[in-house]
Amino acid sequence: MSKERAAVLGTGQTHYKAKRQDVSMAGLLREAIDRAMLDADVGWDDIDAVVVGKAPDFFEGVMMPELSLADAIGAVGKPLLRVHTAGSVGGSTGVVASSLVQAGVHERVLAVAWEKQSESNAMWALSIPVPFNMPVNAGAGGYFAPHVRSYIRRSGAPHHVGAIVAAKDRRNAAKNPYAHLQQPDMTMEKVQESQMLWDPIRYDETCPSSDGACAVVIGSERAAASVERPAWIHATAMRTEPTFYAGRDQVNPKAGRECAAALWKQAGITNPLEEIDAAEIYVPFSWFEPMWLENLGFMPEGEGWKLTEAGETEIGGTLPVNCSGGVLSSNPIGASGMIRFAEAAMQVMGRAGEHQVDGARKAVGHAYGGGSQFFSMWVVGAEKPE
Amino acid sequence: MTVVEPLSAPIELHFDYTRSLGPTLSRFMTGLAGRTVVGGRGSDGTVYVPPLEYDPATGAAITEFVDVADRGEVLSWSWAAEPLPGQPLERPFAWVLVKLDGADTGLLHALDVPSPDAVRTGMRVQARWAAEPAGHIRDIVCFDPETDAATAEPISGLDAVSMMTTPVFLGVQHSASVQETRYLQGLREGRLLGQRCPQCRKVYIPPRGACPVDGVPTEEEVELPDRGTVTTFCIVNVPFLGQRIPPPYVAAYVLLDGADIAFLHLILDCAAEDVRMGMRVEAAWKPREEWEFGLQNITHFRPTGEPDAEYDTFKEHL
Repeated sequence: MSKERAAVLGTGQTHYKAKRQDVSMAGLLREAIDRAMLDADVGWDDIDAVVVGKAPDFFEGVMMPELSLADAIGAVGKPLLRVHTAGSVGGSTGVVASSLVQAGVHERVLAVAWEKQSESNAMWALSIPVPFNMPVNAGAGGYFAPHVRSYIRRSGAPHHVGAIVAAKDRRNAAKNPYAHLQQPDMTMEKVQESQMLWDPIRYDETCPSSDGACAVVIGSERAAASVERPAWIHATAMRTEPTFYAGRDQVNPKAGRECAAALWKQAGITNPLEEIDAAEIYVPFSWFEPMWLENLGFMPEGEGWKLTEAGETEIGGTLPVNCSGGVLSSNPIGASGMIRFAEAAMQVMGRAGEHQVDGARKAVGHAYGGGSQFFSMWVVGAEKPE
Repeated sequence: MTVVEPLSAPIELHFDYTRSLGPTLSRFMTGLAGRTVVGGRGSDGTVYVPPLEYDPATGAAITEFVDVADRGEVLSWSWAAEPLPGQPLERPFAWVLVKLDGADTGLLHALDVPSPDAVRTGMRVQARWAAEPAGHIRDIVCFDPETDAATAEPISGLDAVSMMTTPVFLGVQHSASVQETRYLQGLREGRLLGQRCPQCRKVYIPPRGACPVDGVPTEEEVELPDRGTVTTFCIVNVPFLGQRIPPPYVAAYVLLDGADIAFLHLILDCAAEDVRMGMRVEAAWKPREEWEFGLQNITHFRPTGEPDAEYDTFKEHL
C-alpha cells in the first residue's frame, strides 16, 4: 500500500498541573495549539483540517465539546474530526491525523488532545454502578491492580521493580518543565514507603490527575521541506480487542502484541531493542513499564523487568523509557497518549531539552486505553522513511 | 426455552462539574454578578454577547470588552408550553434571542409573558435581575416586556468570578439482555447459570448472548457450582466518591469450577493479607428471602479451606 510521506512539523504542550483554573477548556487547548503552530512555523491558513481527541465524556461532563470549541481550535471552515478510544485517544488522534496526510487528502493537519481532570472526578466516572452487577469496581487502579499481581506472579519479578520505575520516571520529570510532578529527589525507597492504594500498587506508583493539552502539526513531505528537523513518521498502528473473553491474556494482550508486530514490520525494524533510541510508553501504574516492554517485543515474555532492574530504561541506558517523566508524572488522560507521541517526535527532532537522549534517531510513541483493549503506536525518525 | 422478558432497572447519575472560566468568560460572569452585561468586540467590530473567547474570523483571542445595555430587541422566539425542570421559569414562557442595545448578536434567554400572543419579533424587552446575583447567567432571572421603569441598580467593586458549577443529571433505564436475564432469574433462585459456546465450548458466566471470540449465539445453559478459585485480586484501600463498599476490601477474580471466565467479587471471612492467587472459595449467600435479580445475592466469597489450586490450573485465566 503506497503512502505519501508524512512528518511531525511541530509539537506543543501546556504545563500540566492538578488544576489549571486560570484557563477555560478552550484556553487550555489554545495554549498547546499556539505552541505547536509556533514550533511548526505555521499560521491558521496553513492548516487544512483539525482532529481532536479527548477522554470519555463522563470524565469532564461535556458532550461533543468539539462543537463549542470550533472557534478556539481554528476549525471554522475546515474539516473537524473527533476520535474516541478511551485512554489511548491521544495516540489514536495522532494516527488519524497522520493518515489524512499519508493518504494525500491534506497537506497539514492539526491534531490536539486534552483533558481537564479538575473539572470532574475520573475515579467516580470509572466506577459507575451498573444494575445487577457487583459494585466492586474501584477506578482504573482497581481494574489494573489484579493484572499487575498476575504479571508479578507469572514473571517472578522482584517486588521492587515497580518502585524502580516510579522513581526513575519522577526523576526524569524533573528535567521536563511541563511535567506535573516535580520530584527530583524521588528514590525507590521513598516509593516503597508510600501508602498501598490498590495492593500491589502503591501511591507513588500511580499517575497523578492532571489538567493539560498537547498538540502536533503533521505535514506532507512538501510541507516538511521548510522545517529544519521534522520527525518523519515511519509507521503507525492501532489494534483493538474485547475487554472480556475466555482465555484473554490480560497481562500481555494479544491486540498489543499484534499492534507492535505490525508497527515494527511497517517501520522496517527487526530488533526494536537495538534500533529504537527512545521510547515513550503509556505507563499509568509503574508495573506497566516491564509489562509493555514485553508486549511491545523489546524483551521476551517474562523478562521485561530485567531491563528495568538493570537500569537500562534510564536516560543513557540501552532503551531510555519515558524520558519526559511519562504518564506517571503527568496524566491529563485524554492528552496522555498524544504527549507520548509528541515526546517521541521531540526526541528525534532534537528538541527534548534536558531530557534529550543524545543522538536519538528513532523513537516510539505508545498509548493504550480501556481495559488494555485499545492500542495505538507510532515510530518516528530523524531520517525520511524509504 | 421459554420466552424471557428482559429485566431492566434505572441508573441515576449526577455530578457537579466545575468550570474554570478563563479570562473572557470570567469578564462576562463578573459583569453579571454586578448586574452589567459585558460583550466582546471582534476584529471586524462585531460585539458578541456573551463574548466569544476567540475571534471566528482570525482565531485570535478577543481582548476588547464593552458594556452593553440590559435591554434590547427580540430577534426570534419559540414558545415553551411545558417547561422542564431546571428551566428558567416554571410556567409557560418564550425562549427569546435578545439583541441587547450595543450588541450585534442574540443572547438566548427566557421571556416571561402569559401567552404566545404576547411575544413578537422586534418587541422590546428588559432584563429582570436576581436579588442576589452570583456570577452566573441565572443572575438574569428572565426578560420582561420593556417598561419605563429602570432595571435594578448595578453593583460595583466585586471580586472577579473565575469558577462556575454545572450540575449534570442523567437518568437511564438499563436493560439486561435476554441471556443475562436468564442468568439473573437463576440467581433469584440461588442458581448460577452460564452458557456454553457451541464452537469453542467455553462456558461464560454471566452469559454474553454471543461468544466474544466466535461471534455465534450461545444457547446451551450450564449450571455451575457456587465454588471456585481466586485467579488474581487486589486489595482496595482507597476511598472514593460513590464507593458502595467501605475499604479495605479484596476485589478478586473468581473462576467458578467449570467456567472459562472469571468474574469480580469480594473475598471476606479471612484477613485481606491471607487471600492468595489459587485460593479455593465458596459463595456466601444472603438469606433466601432476600434474594433478588443480581449477583449481590452472594454477599461475598469465603475460603473453603481446601488446598490451593495449582497455578497451572488457572494460569490461562490471567
